[in-house]
Amino acid sequence: MDNIIQQIQGVPLNHYLVFCSIIFAIGVIGVLIRRNVIIIMMSIELMLNAVNLLLAAFSSHHGDPGGQVFVFFIMALAAAEVAVGLAIIIMVYRNTKSVDIASLSRLRW
Amino acid sequence: MIELIWLIPLLPLIGFLINGIGQHILPKSLIGIIGSGVVLGAFLISCFVFSEVYDARAAGANGVFTQEIFNWIQVGKLNVSLSFLVDPLSAIMLLIVTGIGVLIHLYSIGYMHKDSGFGKFFAYLNLFIFFMLLLVLGSNFLVMFIGWEGVGLCSYLLIGFWYTNDSYASAAKKAFVMNRIGDLGFLLAIFFIFYTFGSFEFATVFPQVKEFAVGDVTLTVITILLFIAATGKSAQIPLFTWLPDAMAGPTPVSALIHAATMVTAGIYMIARSNIMFTLSPLTMQIIAIVGVATAVVAAFIALTQNDIKKVLAYSTVSQLGYMFLGLGVGAFTGAFFHVLTHAFFKALLFLGAGSVIHAMSDEQDMRKMGGLRKKLPITYTTMLIGTVAIAGIPPLSGFFSKDEILAFAFAENKWLWTFGFIAALFTAFYMFRLLYLTFFGTFRGSQAQKEHLHESPATMTLPLIVLAILAAIGGLMNIPEAIGGGHKLANFLAPVFAEGQSIKGTLHVDHQTEIVLMVVSALAAIVMAIVTYIRYVKKGYVPKSDALEDNGLHRLSYQKLYVDELYDSVIVKPLNAFSRFLDRVVDRSIIDGIVNGIAHFFVSSGKGIRQLQNGHVGFYIFMMVIAVIVLFVYGIFSF
Repeated sequence: MDNIIQQIQGVPLNHYLVFCSIIFAIGVIGVLIRRNVIIIMMSIELMLNAVNLLLAAFSSHHGDPGGQVFVFFIMALAAAEVAVGLAIIIMVYRNTKSVDIASLSRLRW
Repeated sequence: MIELIWLIPLLPLIGFLINGIGQHILPKSLIGIIGSGVVLGAFLISCFVFSEVYDARAAGANGVFTQEIFNWIQVGKLNVSLSFLVDPLSAIMLLIVTGIGVLIHLYSIGYMHKDSGFGKFFAYLNLFIFFMLLLVLGSNFLVMFIGWEGVGLCSYLLIGFWYTNDSYASAAKKAFVMNRIGDLGFLLAIFFIFYTFGSFEFATVFPQVKEFAVGDVTLTVITILLFIAATGKSAQIPLFTWLPDAMAGPTPVSALIHAATMVTAGIYMIARSNIMFTLSPLTMQIIAIVGVATAVVAAFIALTQNDIKKVLAYSTVSQLGYMFLGLGVGAFTGAFFHVLTHAFFKALLFLGAGSVIHAMSDEQDMRKMGGLRKKLPITYTTMLIGTVAIAGIPPLSGFFSKDEILAFAFAENKWLWTFGFIAALFTAFYMFRLLYLTFFGTFRGSQAQKEHLHESPATMTLPLIVLAILAAIGGLMNIPEAIGGGHKLANFLAPVFAEGQSIKGTLHVDHQTEIVLMVVSALAAIVMAIVTYIRYVKKGYVPKSDALEDNGLHRLSYQKLYVDELYDSVIVKPLNAFSRFLDRVVDRSIIDGIVNGIAHFFVSSGKGIRQLQNGHVGFYIFMMVIAVIVLFVYGIFSF
């Protein structure tokens, strides 16, 4: 057990921080830029997973299991959110025959 | 009967209301009857009032009656009531205003017969009579000021009666603006009077004035301001140029307002306040100099004018200058006597000119007239009487009034007399020139005009005859003692001018000098009549057309001494430029810019904020991200 922990702690925390920030930023940019709503859902998942990884990294570095417990919560939440999100996307598709995010602006009036 | 004073101004006011409201409904004959009838009623009551004042004077009393209508303003120390004052001065003014008013209303029935604004004309005339009566009956400066402003307004309405013509409307505006400049002087004087004496009432102010020393600064300031007001209303230098332009109005208007009544308001006001003026010798000198200068200048301009009404207009300005000369040298009765006689013969001359214009199919240029005395006998005879009266040939009225003024002027300062005498020479010259060019010689108009020549109807000739009789015998009421007369008018008006006269001093020219002066001026007038006869009848001289004036003096006189051009370049153009600046820069760019800018700001900010709800989901997400970042940064920095 100590071996694994030591091995994990061999990678400095900063590396994890930068890595997850980049993934998170990629996720944010994906949400902002992409026009396909399914890709946006994927980018949201990417953001959530980046945060999960960071939480797990902090948890193992500080020896606090609370971080990993929180990861469980986030994963359950992500699953529920994807279910609802995909249901909404299907209804939008049925009404507007498109998965383009700009198609929703027709709802203005 | 004296209790019915309030009825005198009320009747014309009722006439104004009826004619004004019913101007398109009532038939023309009814409008004429109502319009003239109310003034006739006012005249009859004025006669009764005058007789009561006369009886009081004959019995030795002062003949002063007051009547308060109601208490108007009562604020702190300020206590003003609408009340009327009748004394010898205002009694005579009442007779002039209502008497000549009746004659002119009667004349207008014939003159304005074909005009579509017939009812409006009579309504305005009645309104004017109402305001003029307020002016002369007022027992305090404030009521007088109401009348003063009101007659200025009616003058504007009546001069610009044919308002569709641009130049007539401009003439009306010019008259009103120049009057207004004088009114500013009146207002300032009223403020000073209230500040110094605590009241506006004549009966309260004038006894207090007596306590002041001669030449007191406050009184001098007040009187100079009052004189500025008189300059505007009575067309003296420098505010006289509106009166010749006022000839744009119908001729009855010129006769009533600009000959007999409104322009004499300035003289009336100064005569009423004579105690203040005699205690300010500086102002009296200014009045005398301005008066005689106006008399000479206006007479000089009248020498070469070719429009019959313009000659009479400048003649009016000149005669008003005489009246102010009389006031300035202390001849209060003389000046007022001249007001009276001038009202007669000037109204006569204007109405006669109107009759001529009417016969000439609205032609006013004397160069196109000539030889009219055969076709218009009554007009000719009455205008002859008027011309002889104004030239100052005895025994007609103009001689007596003008000579009283000139005698006082001689006693005061020989130069004043000299210039007054020169103005009298000019007066005789241009008046006889007018008579000869119009009525003698051969007819110079067109054939169409010749066929239309006809004597005026009875409604127009009757006032002419009445006024001619008055102009002829009017002198009898004030024959000077030098030739054995009773000086009745002076005795009648004595209590009004008593205090002022006692300070200024009565005439100290001995009777012989006075007789010599009288003979000199009478002879001069007769010589002028003969000279003009030779030039215009015997030699048949006709003034040339406008483009051919050559002689420098002639051009100076013809172009009205370029006074209008001077005012235009010095005052009007800079004011117009300033007005344009205010309009373009201040009003449009700055004020409108601010107001429009505020509106524009709200509209554009609304347009910007509206983007928050444009329905683009991508934009919403972006905003959410930005908001999270901002909160994040805020969270870090407030830690």
